[in-house]
Amino acid sequence: MLIFVLRRLGVMALTALVLTFVVFYLTNLPPNLEKLARSEGSVRMTDESVAAWIEQNGHGGSVFGRYAQWLGVVPGWTYTDEKAVTRGRCIAQGDDPALAATYCGVFQGYWGQSTVFKQPVLSELGGKLAATGWLMLAVMLVMVPVSLVIGVLAGMREGSRTDRVLSTFSIASTATPEYVSGVILVALLASPMTGLSPLLNQWGVIEGKILFQGTATSAMDDITFWNFTLPVMTIALYGIGYIARMTRASMTEVMTQQYIRTARLKGVRFRDVVMKHALRNALIAPFTVIMLQFPWLLNGVVVAETLFNYKGFGWTLVTAAGNNDIEMLLGCSVVAVFVVLVTQLISDIGYVFLNPRIRLS
Amino acid sequence: MTTWDPSQPILEIENLSISFFTRLREIPAVMDFSAKVMAGESMGLVGESGCGKSTVALAVMRDLGKNGRIVAGSIKFKGRDLVTMDDEDLRQIRGSEIAMIYQEPMASLNPAMKIGAQLAEVPMIHQNMAKDEAWALARQIVTDVRLPDPDRILNAYPHQLSGGQQQRIVIAMALMSKPALLILDEPTTALDVTVEAGIVDLVKALGEKYGTSMLFISHNLGLIMDVCDRLCVMYSGEAVETGDVVQVFDKMRHPYTQALFRSIPLPGADKNARPLISIPGNFPLPHERPEGCNFGPRCDYFEAGRCNAGAILMDAIPGDDRHASRCLKWKEIDWNAPPAARIAKPKSPIGKVVLKMEELKKYYALSSGAFGGGAKKVVKANETLSFEAREGETLAIVGESGCGKSTFAKVLMGLETATSGSIMLFDENIQSTPIQKRNIDTVSSVQMVFQNPFDTLNPSMTVGRQVIRALEVFRYGTSDQAREDRMLELLDLVKLPRAFADRMPRQLSGGQKQRVGIARAFAGGAKVVVADEPVSALDVSVQAAVTDLLMDIQRENKTTLLFISHDLSIVRYLSDRVLVMYLGHVVETGTTDQVFQPPYHPYTEALLSAVPIADTKVIRKRIVLEGDIPSAVNPPPGCPFQTRCRWKSQVPGGLCDREMPPMRTLEGGHQIKCHLSADVLAGMEPVIKSAAE
Repeated sequence: MLIFVLRRLGVMALTALVLTFVVFYLTNLPPNLEKLARSEGSVRMTDESVAAWIEQNGHGGSVFGRYAQWLGVVPGWTYTDEKAVTRGRCIAQGDDPALAATYCGVFQGYWGQSTVFKQPVLSELGGKLAATGWLMLAVMLVMVPVSLVIGVLAGMREGSRTDRVLSTFSIASTATPEYVSGVILVALLASPMTGLSPLLNQWGVIEGKILFQGTATSAMDDITFWNFTLPVMTIALYGIGYIARMTRASMTEVMTQQYIRTARLKGVRFRDVVMKHALRNALIAPFTVIMLQFPWLLNGVVVAETLFNYKGFGWTLVTAAGNNDIEMLLGCSVVAVFVVLVTQLISDIGYVFLNPRIRLS
Repeated sequence: MTTWDPSQPILEIENLSISFFTRLREIPAVMDFSAKVMAGESMGLVGESGCGKSTVALAVMRDLGKNGRIVAGSIKFKGRDLVTMDDEDLRQIRGSEIAMIYQEPMASLNPAMKIGAQLAEVPMIHQNMAKDEAWALARQIVTDVRLPDPDRILNAYPHQLSGGQQQRIVIAMALMSKPALLILDEPTTALDVTVEAGIVDLVKALGEKYGTSMLFISHNLGLIMDVCDRLCVMYSGEAVETGDVVQVFDKMRHPYTQALFRSIPLPGADKNARPLISIPGNFPLPHERPEGCNFGPRCDYFEAGRCNAGAILMDAIPGDDRHASRCLKWKEIDWNAPPAARIAKPKSPIGKVVLKMEELKKYYALSSGAFGGGAKKVVKANETLSFEAREGETLAIVGESGCGKSTFAKVLMGLETATSGSIMLFDENIQSTPIQKRNIDTVSSVQMVFQNPFDTLNPSMTVGRQVIRALEVFRYGTSDQAREDRMLELLDLVKLPRAFADRMPRQLSGGQKQRVGIARAFAGGAKVVVADEPVSALDVSVQAAVTDLLMDIQRENKTTLLFISHDLSIVRYLSDRVLVMYLGHVVETGTTDQVFQPPYHPYTEALLSAVPIADTKVIRKRIVLEGDIPSAVNPPPGCPFQTRCRWKSQVPGGLCDREMPPMRTLEGGHQIKCHLSADVLAGMEPVIKSAAE
């Protein structure tokens, strides 16, 4: 077990290295750097001064060298200009260059400086990730139980009316992209002009003009049912349909197995056949799918966070990409790679515990 | 339930008809079926696959699925009609009054639940027993089904047990609430013969101990004779003959029963004493049944205008105990007439040595643990295998699952390479040449006929195309036309109509598919053909035909046939020499007569005694082996068979525990790997005796 985990961790480290290099290379392509120079320096710079800016701000040289600097395995760049002021990767503005560290990269905990937020990437990203973490937690709490219940109910009697109704719902919800379902939800529940809110207001059921809030900005400070429901529902709806379909497929297959017939002919009640005999076997396949939802959620929040103006990881990613914030983008990709690999590791280990057939002897 | 009188039948089925409904049509699966099972009686249901015997069993359980429906008749259990019973009453009866034992124990046990929990569930449902009490009862029943170390077993998961142990657990589960009726649906088909013998003994003993009535479903007539008091022979959805087991076996009064008996080989007789007669034609599909007698088109006594005139009813045979036959002509047929004599075909002479194996070893290294870590273990699949096979000879390799016979076939075919030793094909050493590197000559001269014809044909290619493909691979002929002609010749050879070349495999029956498999194997003029259980997946009436075909082709082509089988009856029937394997070792080898007569190797003796024989005139010594085959990962020290050998005490000084016995040669080249002294070996009695002697 330990050897397996260690080996997996080794593979994960290698994967992370390769993936971050790919992102590094793509974000550091020459046209990108040129754009960076013009936005940081001056829009009207001549081509020569652009080249000089790139050279003087540590963006020159080979891409491998710069990647190594970013990692923190080679010394960070320094540049002393004509006024004898030394700038460098590891030298914060106004600090004494002599006291600055030689190495400063991801390994040393320095993830660079965000050009958009004017903050160190690490602290900025930490706060944003926490916000997204709450959103993801809420989504998982809604999505997993609901989808499993739907999937099991639909799958336990294949072809029944319950199955047809629930399957139709699952397919419809998973076929609706978030930017569509989000807009529909806002129009239906969070608009003072259309949907349910004006009706409810008219009947005196609700005090305010709208039932739910159409923006989740206030949830940054204080999460309430009213400001958090719509973003959570928008993300969860899509996943519910997907996981429910997977659970249903697995459940219908399990229900045709011979050991289910054995249980039935033992005189087990149908409810117990489902709960005691079928459920655990039916959950093995959806478990992997649920674990795959974590990385998907990390990207899925992009649409919902932008739509509901919730300043989390997804919103940061969009802002960073839109403003050519290279260090921030790299930070985001490191986080994403990390989340994907860790959830896969958990998924593999959990699978072994769910399925006794491949358990350690 | 209180109104039931014990002198009345436990189970009474009257004129039962069951149909399955598809979108196209109604498919009648069982028609006009009647049977009675008295208290403590065991009833056998025999028939080939598709005859409706399992459907009857499931109908008694009222578990026919969504499409199946009982369309007429009644099933009375202790006087209550199950057909009209509501679901809640039915649930009360299932598992407590009627219990079922299934064909595939592994699939019938929940893989994610502990054995103890699965067993204890039964009394917890039906008797509201407390959990501790139920587990204690489960422990007792596990002891009852003669499983060692019950505590470990209760806490194990199904995949941690062997097939025989799993089946004992399924039996234990059925016995948990002491049912009045036990339905056994081919309970031993998936198991080895020696394991089967143990299970059969257990079922019989438990039936007597608890006074349980049984409905025993099997295609194996010998097994029915061992277990049952009465039997019912089914053919194509109808009961054709029913009666007391001994009466039916000795005085059969339906042509199908007779034909069935004539098509099964008996281990007491070889091909000269009792040639097999296959039943001509094919089993009719449910929607293509003929008018009148279903067996009519395949029957020797068929009389047009009479047998196909209208429905035929069961006719009681006077003088016998509840013996009845569904045949119009049973009074006219001379039942004692010997079967039409067949032209004896001369045995082809046995020629020079074609294949020679010396000291062949095959070890597999395997790593333990789910995550690929752990210590490396070695599975010794084959240990020092040496033998010769000659031209035109049939060499049978016999042994139970896990004895290494399939590994040996893989090594010979080149799918695996041997760890050490040599395989000489003619004068060429092919031992370490994997199949990818063998030249086309070698590949086409060593071919294989596979066990399961249903999986080995490509479902999306026509039959002709598949055979031509084999010819192309063997670079036969110069043009497409030549190969096409050869393919048609091959179809003639395996006695399939030439029109079959354009058919898809799904349009063929099992026996026809196996014929295609044989045609493919012989496509390149194979010199050595390895037949790995070629008929075990087929119905008995087809087995005989396929076996005869293989032997005919062998005779014509002077092929060396290596016949791998666990079925001693068929081995006795067709082989010239026999090789008995146990745990990777050859324990006995000799001519068929030598192996089937004493002196035996103790394992051969047990194997022979475990084969059920459908002949009332044969007395057979029962030797039931205790325990399971040891794991090849961790074989016992000394003799591989010492853990289960009943003769072990006859060898002085604990030699069996310490030393691997040498291969001893007795008279006539008969070889036995055993420590037993010559006197003891000479004093062995035959296992199978005719009662007349």
